[in-house]
Amino acid sequence: MENPTAAKVHAPPGGFLRRYVFSTDHKVIGIQYYLLALFSVFLGMTLSALMRYHLVYPGEKQHLFQLLWPNGAPDGIMTPELYLSLMTMHGTIMVFFVLTTAPQSGFGNYFLPLQIGAPDMAFPVLNMLSFWTTLLSFLVLCSAFFADGGAPLGGWTAYPPLSATGAIAGPGMGTGMDLWIISIALFCVASLMGAINFLTTVLEMRAKGMSLMRMPLTCWGWFVTAVISLFAFAVLLTAGILLLLDRLGGTSFFLPAGLVISDRVLDHSGGSPLLWQHLFWFFGHPEVYIAILPGMGLVSTVLSVFSRKPVFGYKAMAYAMVAIGLLGFLVWGHHMFISGMSPYSAIAFSVLTLAIGVPSAIKTFNWLGTIWGGQLRLTTAMLFALGFVSVFVSGGLTGLFLGQPALDLYFHDTYFVVGHFHMIMGVASIFGIFAATFYWFPKVTGRMMSEPLGKIHFYCTFLGAYAIFIPMHFAGIAGNPRRYADFTQFDFLKDLASVHKFITHAALFTAVIQLLFLWNLFWSWRRGAKARENPWNATTLEWALPSPPPAHNFGINPPLVKRGPYDYSLPQGGKDFLMQHEGEEE
Amino acid sequence: MNLAMAGSQRRASFTGLYAFLVSVTMFFAAFTSAMVVRRGASDDWKGVPAPSLLWVNTGVLAVSSVLAEKARRVLRAGDRRRHFNLWWTGATLLGAMFVAGQIMVWRYLHRHGVYLNTTPGSAFFFVGTIAHAVHLGGGWLAMLYLNIRAFRLELGPGRRTAIDVATIYWHFLGILWLYLLWLFRFWGN
Repeated sequence: MENPTAAKVHAPPGGFLRRYVFSTDHKVIGIQYYLLALFSVFLGMTLSALMRYHLVYPGEKQHLFQLLWPNGAPDGIMTPELYLSLMTMHGTIMVFFVLTTAPQSGFGNYFLPLQIGAPDMAFPVLNMLSFWTTLLSFLVLCSAFFADGGAPLGGWTAYPPLSATGAIAGPGMGTGMDLWIISIALFCVASLMGAINFLTTVLEMRAKGMSLMRMPLTCWGWFVTAVISLFAFAVLLTAGILLLLDRLGGTSFFLPAGLVISDRVLDHSGGSPLLWQHLFWFFGHPEVYIAILPGMGLVSTVLSVFSRKPVFGYKAMAYAMVAIGLLGFLVWGHHMFISGMSPYSAIAFSVLTLAIGVPSAIKTFNWLGTIWGGQLRLTTAMLFALGFVSVFVSGGLTGLFLGQPALDLYFHDTYFVVGHFHMIMGVASIFGIFAATFYWFPKVTGRMMSEPLGKIHFYCTFLGAYAIFIPMHFAGIAGNPRRYADFTQFDFLKDLASVHKFITHAALFTAVIQLLFLWNLFWSWRRGAKARENPWNATTLEWALPSPPPAHNFGINPPLVKRGPYDYSLPQGGKDFLMQHEGEEE
Repeated sequence: MNLAMAGSQRRASFTGLYAFLVSVTMFFAAFTSAMVVRRGASDDWKGVPAPSLLWVNTGVLAVSSVLAEKARRVLRAGDRRRHFNLWWTGATLLGAMFVAGQIMVWRYLHRHGVYLNTTPGSAFFFVGTIAHAVHLGGGWLAMLYLNIRAFRLELGPGRRTAIDVATIYWHFLGILWLYLLWLFRFWGN
């Protein structure tokens, strides 16, 4: 057996396939993950744009719909089933292949070994397998679009009983749903492989002097996320297997007796749909932190770099991430307040949910403490980091409403929830991804992204995101249910038509603006201004390497780390920072 | 390769293994909680008629684990390659026997009309035992690979770490099997 670890320094592999496709180099794998997430985010965004268009123009025939989905829009008008299938695929693609993939697997793979002074991830072959399994999972998911009946309708949560009964539950609930479950099971396996690699790399591959408390907060984010993934994805894998067996094996894990669907009595008995909800949300809530914790780490770093100040309360920031990770496993019941659970259980879940506000507040105040009195440099990366803090607070505060059972009874399944989770999980994480892209682009490519284009992109996206998701909260307060394909049929929703029209226009505007980012990314990759080795005057180890970094990272002489990661504002004048491997031992 | 690198590789292998064991534990913890909830959710619970062959299989897996441990200790004690090969081959063969025995248990149940979807108990029995067998299959392939390497006299320091890792995993699967046996045979019945 070849030794699985990467402690021996590797030379760049020869040949295109070994170097760029089936590569075991963590940097290439990180880029592969990033590109997969980039494709996924544009696919997911396109689906949401089509849904938003249909919501405000439900009766208008669109040749495009008919062309794309001859069965789902036979006369050019989207059927409710097609709407639900787009919603399902939008949610699944965004949650798994964007928010889970880019911050952790993309940036984490590329920068974790560089930031801790390691030659590669601990298990390079496992790392490659993890990416290819993720890609396979994505292809299996997308194949559901072309399956008989189309993509599934069950939402990204795939609640039984309808997700467990087969094609009888609607178009897309046959083969499409099977493919969805297989895709998610594959994703679980890939994520577990990745989590093992990240965890081992952090614990065993750090350079000399790089104690845990000298790691950049980005590494803490990836580390805690890996631990969460290890616990959460294993549970989702079990749940997925049981769900698939209910569909294909005739079992009754989640299907109760006497179930009547489409006028047919099903012969399952004794199962519990709530069992799925428990298993799913035991994964599902930590998944929120899987999406956002890497962003928290990155934002801490970026705020410090562009304020020219150390992170305020480094240890508190690290411990807060650990606390968020732990508490995240104790609150899954707040997604099930209306399931008929005991009020005592609901109170317990509510108190624990509100308790997450404590470490979250620590982080927020420490971010503010970091920039307070700093010499702010409003680069695009910094703007997105500040935007992250803004939407994290906005999205987090609405979580306090949903975390209380009495209020959640009203808000559940309304647009209030849609607005909330898009802000806290979607926009915040995406802002983290944008900040990371602008911050690390010079390191990956050796070139700078265009700052003017980046700033236009930021301001439009920031305003667009608020214009889309804040009105959704008001629609939810007015009682607007989510998952409806057409609001025009309900008198009590007619007054909200103009709100939805505004949201749709804002969504289309924001979607188009993302093309500016795409242009900036690829144009700068080829034509951007040449970057200095350390263009931001940052302190962490990746900036000690040439840009782009060589295949062997630090070679046979890994750096000796002498200090923490945020030594800015030094009193001796001249250079206002010291890199982690510079100066005297601290 | 210097000693520091070898030590780092060894530590990484063990850490990776323990992380993997955590994920396997969570997989079966979720399985157990599903079983507990499903049993309490309805009054249709029925256990599985467990054949005595299950006890034989348990013994086979236990002896396999003992032999693997013996082989590991022999190798650590010195270069007694012939003894190592003997114990390790025995452990590998008994591992294969365990899987064959499990297949016979499943066939026995089929012959007696017990299928995956016959009762809730049978559903959990088949899922749990097959999931265990899949995990065991992975470990067995690793053992077989190391066995071939050992016969070719290719047991360098790295592969000795692999033997330690494989043995710990094998013990873990043995303990997991005892737990599943208790779950199905006593609690589940």
